[in-house]
Amino acid sequence: MTDSSETIVALATAPGVGAIAVIRLSGPDALKIANRVFKGKDLELMPTHTIHFGTVRDGETILDEVLASLFIAPHSYTKEHVVELSTHGSPYIVEQIIHLLIRNGARAARPGEFTLRAFLNGGLDLSQAEAVADLISSDSRASHQVAMQQMRGRFSSQLQELRTQLIHFASLIELELDFSEEDVEFANRDALNSLIVRITTVLAELIHSFELGNVIKQGINTVIAGRPNAGKSTLLNTLLNEDRAIISEIAGTTRDTIEEVLNINGVNFRLIDTAGIREATDTIEAIGVEKTMQKISQTSVLIYLFDVLGLSASEIMEDVTRLYRPGIPFIAVANKIDLSVNNRFREIKLPADVKVIAVSAREKQHTDELKQLLYDAVTEGKLNTGQTMVTNIRHVEALRRAHHSLQSVSAGLHHPVTSDFLAMDIRQALYYLGEITGQVTTDDLLENIFSKFCIGK
Amino acid sequence: MDRNTMFDIYDVIVVGAGHAGCEAAAAAGNLGSKVLLITMNMGTIAQMSCNPAMGGVAKGQIIREIDAMGGYSGIIADKTSLQFRMLNRSKGPAMWSPRAQNDRMRFAEEWRLTLESISNVDMWQDTVISILTDGDRVIGVKTSLGIEIKAKAVVLTNGTFLNGVIHIGEKKFGGGRTAEKAATGLTEQLLTLGFEAGRMKTGTPPRVDGRSLDYTKMEEQWGDEQRGRFSYTDVDLPKEQRCCWITYTNTAVHETLKEGFEKSPMFTGRIKGLGPRYCPSIEDKINRFAERDRHQIFVEPEGWNTVEIYVNGFSTSLPEDVQYRALTKIPGFEKARMFRPGYAIEYDFFPPTQLYLTLETKLVKNLFFAGQINGTTGYEEAASQGFLAGINAHQKVNDLHELIMKRSESYIGVLVDDLVTKGTEEPYRMFTSRAEHRLLLRQDNADVRLSPIGHELGLISDERLTKVKDKVRGSADIVAFTKAHSIDPASINSYLETLDTSALSQNIKLFQLISRPQVGLNELSQAYPALAAHLQNFSPETIEDAEIAIKYESYFEKEHEIVSKMKRLEDREIKQEFNYHSLVSLSKEAREKLMKIKPRTLGQASRISGVSPSDISVLMVHLTR
Repeated sequence: MTDSSETIVALATAPGVGAIAVIRLSGPDALKIANRVFKGKDLELMPTHTIHFGTVRDGETILDEVLASLFIAPHSYTKEHVVELSTHGSPYIVEQIIHLLIRNGARAARPGEFTLRAFLNGGLDLSQAEAVADLISSDSRASHQVAMQQMRGRFSSQLQELRTQLIHFASLIELELDFSEEDVEFANRDALNSLIVRITTVLAELIHSFELGNVIKQGINTVIAGRPNAGKSTLLNTLLNEDRAIISEIAGTTRDTIEEVLNINGVNFRLIDTAGIREATDTIEAIGVEKTMQKISQTSVLIYLFDVLGLSASEIMEDVTRLYRPGIPFIAVANKIDLSVNNRFREIKLPADVKVIAVSAREKQHTDELKQLLYDAVTEGKLNTGQTMVTNIRHVEALRRAHHSLQSVSAGLHHPVTSDFLAMDIRQALYYLGEITGQVTTDDLLENIFSKFCIGK
Repeated sequence: MDRNTMFDIYDVIVVGAGHAGCEAAAAAGNLGSKVLLITMNMGTIAQMSCNPAMGGVAKGQIIREIDAMGGYSGIIADKTSLQFRMLNRSKGPAMWSPRAQNDRMRFAEEWRLTLESISNVDMWQDTVISILTDGDRVIGVKTSLGIEIKAKAVVLTNGTFLNGVIHIGEKKFGGGRTAEKAATGLTEQLLTLGFEAGRMKTGTPPRVDGRSLDYTKMEEQWGDEQRGRFSYTDVDLPKEQRCCWITYTNTAVHETLKEGFEKSPMFTGRIKGLGPRYCPSIEDKINRFAERDRHQIFVEPEGWNTVEIYVNGFSTSLPEDVQYRALTKIPGFEKARMFRPGYAIEYDFFPPTQLYLTLETKLVKNLFFAGQINGTTGYEEAASQGFLAGINAHQKVNDLHELIMKRSESYIGVLVDDLVTKGTEEPYRMFTSRAEHRLLLRQDNADVRLSPIGHELGLISDERLTKVKDKVRGSADIVAFTKAHSIDPASINSYLETLDTSALSQNIKLFQLISRPQVGLNELSQAYPALAAHLQNFSPETIEDAEIAIKYESYFEKEHEIVSKMKRLEDREIKQEFNYHSLVSLSKEAREKLMKIKPRTLGQASRISGVSPSDISVLMVHLTR
């Protein structure tokens, strides 16, 4: 669906690190919105098909030097006003600029939306209709998948929790409205208020953690896990070509987690070296192990490293069972093949989507193949930086709108307005959260009411 | 008329004379159709089978809507009311909901007299056992007396009568309502025509002898002193109101009821149909909410001149002796004598996804379904469907435009769209939460929303429309006045203090002042003579309309904005014969659902479960092509 009264924005060039990136704005306010952040000529006064040099500023901060290309309606791909900003190709800068444009009135484009608009405005011919339709349906499915992948771990459970609480809140309010004649207890305003405060606080945290290209800047969480002395720190150093982690022959040297960013073909991986998973022998190490398990639960990619010499098949199997999570790319890495020709690990029956590779971290054997495997694991699952960024932008936007609606609820509680008006803002908040977690329908609310409250004469 | 045959060829035959059937017959008749209303028993026209009351939250709005378009439910409810209350007064205006207790016998009588006053409506006492078809079109009905009656359109409003089975404890017998026969044969015939049918369940509480109750042990519940009304017409209201009472069950009542659980048709699985969760039987309440040690009971008189009492909140299908023993443990009911036991009833319904938004069936042309046959519950829901089906039957046989009610303009629109688009698993009742634009669907503005439609159809007189237009114009005039005039602190602050609202420090517009919860137009006019003078030109309804418009302007604006955004989808029509199977980009589920529902607009398509936003984008692309 597309609402042509809205101006949409998205990265138009391929995602990832490149020489330049092009950000495209399309819609009735494209020129106006671009003008708000562009310092240079007044774009609204310039003729179509002209290019202008200037800077994009967030307040006083210059984000980048850009070239702005103007296409005045109907002389554009979408037949609407279009501004294309050519920026330097850093994903971080691109994301910041897109966020800035959204704050100034644009909306993140949905998959295929520029093409959809081009079609709906008569810019494409008949034969292209089917292709557009395919594009929309396939991209939507993929981006949903990405959304869910990215939401795993802390974010996902927090959001689900918030949503449940909000549904309960909404149900209480609806109960007051539709069943006011019944002998049921109604929502305590103080309790509602503290709930709203809690929810808005968590939302604000979430928004912050999503913002400013966290994913781009920090990279994709990639935990390296394994038993003590499997060679995790050596592998980290080899991949990074530097001595970051302390290496020794004593098992349990890495007591805390160590994080480094590795760039593979333009995709940043945040490699997280962890304390070995085993029964800890002292308190400090126990804390390390606990931290490891926590990191593992939040990771986007998991590298499980094992020593081909030191571990039996059943021990490997035991580790995999403990670490494996469906949907999280899992790479099982057999280390120290320079010391052994033992290939028995290849016969272990692992879950179908587990990738297996044998390397020598110390001798740098097959480590480039491991890098390729890492890259493939995330790009095949559409978890490449561009996708992540786009869905990320949409998430932040949805979270921000949910936050805004809840602030209205909060204001309403203080004012005070009656519950029918509170309900209006709560519904909006649920709607925006639903863009991430799935929509809440009236039937869901009624379902909740009927299951929790004794209703009906 | 051919004097050799008993019956004309009718334009519209309406089967069933409950709330749906009566509105259908009256609407079609008033529009000019030659109508035959067939009922099994002319003595029970417009029976209130369950509680003697009309309206309530969301339901009262529906009655106002029917009235605004020229139906009768509101007029008859007003004429026969025992008590009137505007529910939810403490909430915003969209929540205000009219509700009346009614005299059951007077209500039925008024409907009968109303129908008799419409010359186009004939009546016939008989049972319809099948419809007559010619190809894919209905051409009449066949009755149990073996008579075939021809018609250009047929509206079925069979209520709970189709294969109705009544349960009281372990006793079980055929019946459409207490002491009335069930209707058999029709469901079976419709199945052979390709319709799908399901089974639903509902129930009703016992009726008791009011002379045997001790009201001193109950709380009184009176009607509003300032009595409101359902109808926008100036129909005469009864001068007096009657009291109702509230009492409560207790653990002794619950324990007694539990003794009958092993004979409960609900718990033993003898009842297969799904009942409404928001209208549970008392045994259901005890069972599901065991932690509650009491439930509310509303004690409602059935009429001005009868001692019969309706025990609202005590719906049950437990054995009659258990009902009786449990009743006598309720405060005030110690010496209660029962007139009729409560019972559960199972009946056939036809999943409403088999209908178009006009309530015409997709399978058989000119055949319409309305009321409980569509899986709804409630007099108001039934009446509004009957009204709509009656209108559309008339329009269809006269080649006139269809009447489609929009979700953004009426609860009736929400009701029909929900039924037709999503179907229903349990008896469907209206709630305000079902309406996404409920702030706009208020009981005060049903006339503004819908009377122009009723007028265009020919059901609302010029005079009534003029009244509505005057209200709209007058309200705008008052709003403009409050925006044009300011008030200074000196002349108002002492008055504001009496209203318990903060003082002004500088001049402000009247409009801003009225936005405060404590300040109304009438209140302010006491302190501001120019306003008082201005308001004299307008009716109380007009002043109320203006005040609501002022107080909630920002919310209404937001809501209107959302409506206009949705309009893009709601106005985008899709041809009924559109072949979704050809669109491979749609998900398989979406294709199947769309083929089944045949949505009329993109908006309706977007509400079908299993149809995603990307499916809608794909459809949009193809509709543009």
